[in-house]
Amino acid sequence: MSGSIGIVSAQRAIFDTPLTFRSGKVLPRYELVYETYGELNADQSNAILVCHALSGNHHVAGLYADDPKNIGWWDNMVGPGKPVDTDRFFVIGLNNLGGCHGSSGPSSIDAQTGKPYGASFPVVTVEDWVESQARLADLLGIKQFAAVMGGSLGGMQAMQWALSFPERVRHVLAIAAAPHLTAENIAFNDVARNAILSDPDFHGGDFYQHGMVPTRGLRLARMLGHITYLSDDAMADKFGRSLRSGKLGFTYDIEFEIESYLRYQGDKFAAHFDANTYLLMTKALDYFDPAREFNGNLDKAFAAARADFLVLSFTTDWRFSPGRSREIVQSLLHNHRNVSYAEISSTHGHDSFLMQQDHYHEVMRAYLDRIGGEISA
Amino acid sequence: MSAHDPAELAAARPDFAAIAAWIPQGASVLDLGCGDGSLLRFLRDTRRVRGYGVEISDANIVACIRNNVNVIQGDLDSGLSGFETRSFDYVILSQTLQATRHTEALVQEILRVGRAGIVSFPNFGYWKNRLNILRGYMPVSKELPYQWYDTPNVHLCTLHDFEDFCATQKVQILDRRVMSGGSEVTLLPNLFGSTAVYRFQRGI
Repeated sequence: MSGSIGIVSAQRAIFDTPLTFRSGKVLPRYELVYETYGELNADQSNAILVCHALSGNHHVAGLYADDPKNIGWWDNMVGPGKPVDTDRFFVIGLNNLGGCHGSSGPSSIDAQTGKPYGASFPVVTVEDWVESQARLADLLGIKQFAAVMGGSLGGMQAMQWALSFPERVRHVLAIAAAPHLTAENIAFNDVARNAILSDPDFHGGDFYQHGMVPTRGLRLARMLGHITYLSDDAMADKFGRSLRSGKLGFTYDIEFEIESYLRYQGDKFAAHFDANTYLLMTKALDYFDPAREFNGNLDKAFAAARADFLVLSFTTDWRFSPGRSREIVQSLLHNHRNVSYAEISSTHGHDSFLMQQDHYHEVMRAYLDRIGGEISA
Repeated sequence: MSAHDPAELAAARPDFAAIAAWIPQGASVLDLGCGDGSLLRFLRDTRRVRGYGVEISDANIVACIRNNVNVIQGDLDSGLSGFETRSFDYVILSQTLQATRHTEALVQEILRVGRAGIVSFPNFGYWKNRLNILRGYMPVSKELPYQWYDTPNVHLCTLHDFEDFCATQKVQILDRRVMSGGSEVTLLPNLFGSTAVYRFQRGI
């Protein structure tokens, strides 16, 4: 039977060893919030790290006793009897550095100044995240992950694990990911960033001291992003050209259902997400490019990998299209890595990786059963 | 015995045993249209091959993953552009040739990507098939289990057809095994063989 993991609670890890970022900046001290589900087995061989995407966090599965409506963002995938079976695996979700859900980030207090980091928080890269995640693994006594997995930006972190710490990960599950962003993708991110940067309430990133929040910019950024995570078909199905009042109003108010939906999504997001974190996350996406130090040769970048890979894409995902996943697969093939690739038929665009879909979950379950079979009970 | 016991599989699929006999230990193998991955699993267990399958069907992708073999979802008719030239020792097309649309191009691709190729296919010249035709019906059998209206087989051929095809395509046949009901056929193979397996390389 599959069900919810039930009540979960977040934990906090404090790191006093300075972390040097790829940019050269140093954080002398930082904190990571995380959740764990299931039990770590005696030989620490059943740990799975779930990496989050742009707006995700450590709350992957289950719900909170004091906030039962706050269900984890990948609760359909992670739990007892689910593809990532918490009866079998010890699953870790964390909020990445630079986040706004409890880990050190631009909105948290810099102990050296007593004020929020704001614009002074280092620009974080996927490599920096993986380094900080490895330190969390050290703390939890995990020498090698059975798997590191994630969708979108989370999939990039999973791949980076195989490159930064080849001996510390046996399987990488890269879902709806890409070996790097295309120019078009960076362009979308830049428009989103510009919406935030040009909001007068942004104050160069130090809006906290001004008692302001660049809500308008963040809202626009999210609306734009949201469009790119859906597909034309999904939007047509869900909203079409429906008008809220049933007739044209000849105004600039909300008229079409899609406008209403997008503004609602934008408002919801802007109310709880940090604008600086949004900037950081989009920059981490833009910078991810493991082939860069090999003159663009992805085959050479993957030469370091020792893990087995499962690569998944979704047919209607145009932000991280199947073609981008096939580039990953080709480079893994050229390096003779064990790799399986599935192209999942789905109407939900990039967001498909978060959806409950039978075939997608069957593929995940089959692969995770294989991983489970390699683990001593 | 498990469904994947090598001895049991070899008995159930004589073409598997014939293919395995040609594959050296530790070879690299690409299995096109690999189905549920049984052949790759068989070759891994008996020949320790480093193998990958290409398969289009969703259900077979799941089956391959469950069989613990590497599988890449893709359409053979859109070519093997994702695979490097001479990147495999053997490229196998097992019981799939007759269902490919661009058969000529695919055979050339097999010999680009692999140092050698292996194909197995149902022999349309098998006497029972001929008898069906003589009686006025399309053949339906263990090897050709489909009705005319639901068959994926668009390029059925006989041994003679395939060998003539190889000659025109500059494909050099290295070995041939013809079978019927699990035993080898040497007498009038184009008449008495229900399944044929060929090993070939690029001719000069």
